[in-house]
Amino acid sequence: MPVLSKADIKEIKSKATGLRRDIITMLYRAGSGHPGGSLSIIDILVVLYYKVMNVDPRNPRDPERDRLVLSKGHACPALYAVLADRGFFPAHYLDSLRKIDSPLQGHPDMRKTPGVEMSTGSLGQGLSAANGMALAARLDGSPRRTYVILGDGESQEGQVWEAALTASHYRLDNLTAFLDSNGLQIDGWVREVKSLEPLADKWRAFGWNVLEVDGHDYASLLEVTGRASACKGLPTMIIAHTVKGKGVSFMENQVDWHGKAPGQNEYEKALAELDAGGRD
Amino acid sequence: MTEKVATRDAYGRALLELGRRQDKIVVLDADLSKSTKTALFAEEFPLRFFNVGVSEADMIGTAAGLATSGYIPFASSFGVFAAGRAYDQVRNSIAYTRLNVKIAATHSGITVGEDGASHQTLEDIALMRVLPNMIVIVPADGGQTYQVVETAAAYEGPVYIRLGRPKVPGVVPHDTPFILGRAQVLREGTDLAIVAAGYMVAPALEGAAELQKEGINAAVINMHTIKPLDVELLVHMARKTGAVVTAEEHSIIGGLGGAVAECLSEEYPVPVVKVGVKDTFGESGSPEKLLHKYGLTAGHLVEAGRTALQKKGQM
Repeated sequence: MPVLSKADIKEIKSKATGLRRDIITMLYRAGSGHPGGSLSIIDILVVLYYKVMNVDPRNPRDPERDRLVLSKGHACPALYAVLADRGFFPAHYLDSLRKIDSPLQGHPDMRKTPGVEMSTGSLGQGLSAANGMALAARLDGSPRRTYVILGDGESQEGQVWEAALTASHYRLDNLTAFLDSNGLQIDGWVREVKSLEPLADKWRAFGWNVLEVDGHDYASLLEVTGRASACKGLPTMIIAHTVKGKGVSFMENQVDWHGKAPGQNEYEKALAELDAGGRD
Repeated sequence: MTEKVATRDAYGRALLELGRRQDKIVVLDADLSKSTKTALFAEEFPLRFFNVGVSEADMIGTAAGLATSGYIPFASSFGVFAAGRAYDQVRNSIAYTRLNVKIAATHSGITVGEDGASHQTLEDIALMRVLPNMIVIVPADGGQTYQVVETAAAYEGPVYIRLGRPKVPGVVPHDTPFILGRAQVLREGTDLAIVAAGYMVAPALEGAAELQKEGINAAVINMHTIKPLDVELLVHMARKTGAVVTAEEHSIIGGLGGAVAECLSEEYPVPVVKVGVKDTFGESGSPEKLLHKYGLTAGHLVEAGRTALQKKGQM
């Protein structure tokens, strides 16, 4: 199992800070979008796309590539920032987010954006699609893995639990799910809108291997991802405890930053914070 | 006299034969495999069959995922669940993504019978045909269902196939090729054109024979593909006859009748009289009694034919 040195961690943190800048910048230019959930998953995506997943931007349709489905599609600015940085498409695409004729839609579109594996946006649908991808990998006899990122608010959708049963029934141990547990949804705290607790117990009761991790701790994320891949006979749910808006102090844990773009002053303030090294 | 065959039975057998020839064919069901007849495929190809239990939304999403990886999924349930309950999944995970998923929906229309209104989809054609990228096919008999399954598998993209529960007579001559989007003239006529789909093709032929006795020469078109609609043939028949009757086991809103009226109002306006369920839910009963009560018999088509001719005279 790969282990991160201090130098590795420093490098990843610097990468993630740069991608946070990209997220803030593209949302500022778009004038709308979802910063909170993008900032809460970016560290997960960085670990997956730079340290774990087998993907090749020069051969984006390679049948043997690992797949990632962003079920919480509204957090796509984070995915776009990563895909651009990995070279799936030119960085200038980011400037066109949410604008007419753009390859970068407000929610992910697999037909328009290289590297996007599944169109999502209507919540609750990604895990079913990921199950289908994992079943296909098994039919192909391929070792490729499927990753999926769900939101906590999203987990109020019934289809998530239908799919949870399907994954455990078919023993999809080639599937790793992340739950971005940032605690907030559009109308407020998840525990106040409609509580999911006990969340880990629910996934265990649905037949999953459940791991929990600090979703902003790179070494731990890498470690649990490895443990998930090693688990046989069960799909794995990694509950990632995250902070919505992570890295920009005035966005952190603020429900208002679920779906609002920064204005000029906020944009400058956010970038200054990130340039100063971000918050730990 | 050809043997009567339910289109769902033909589907089950066609799927099995297809599965024997193509290893990329996979089949999904939501706990109705004995009724949808996918159980035949499941028995021979257990590894390529996925029963997701009673969860149609999940079935559609899982099919989409399989399609992203080069498989050709046929996902089956009753029409009311496949098109209705899983509508958002069909829209976002299959139609919007243009994924190569075939939805084969059985137990469509009022001929579901005794199960009643909760199980009788009278709106699925409307729901499916409004979706961009979606092909909508309603085979008229068992033989045509075989051809449709083959055609759908060979076509790259989403297809909705509407199938029925009861046995239906053979209405399409055996040597007739099936071409997607190309309707079939089953009976030539000059006074009016009856445009029918699925279960209603047989009553349409009967109705035309009745009308002939009154000296009315009615053509019968099997409009097996509702989308894309065969505009060329439709306009040709409208021009030739000047009056159209549509016949479907579906609501008169948004289905075949709606599609035909939309087309002709722009291309060649003639009176269009729609035979179908008149904006109401069904109920329990035998298929025969229901067809009679809800106005879906050859007799109702004869009446509609007369009305259409009257309207033609007034225009």
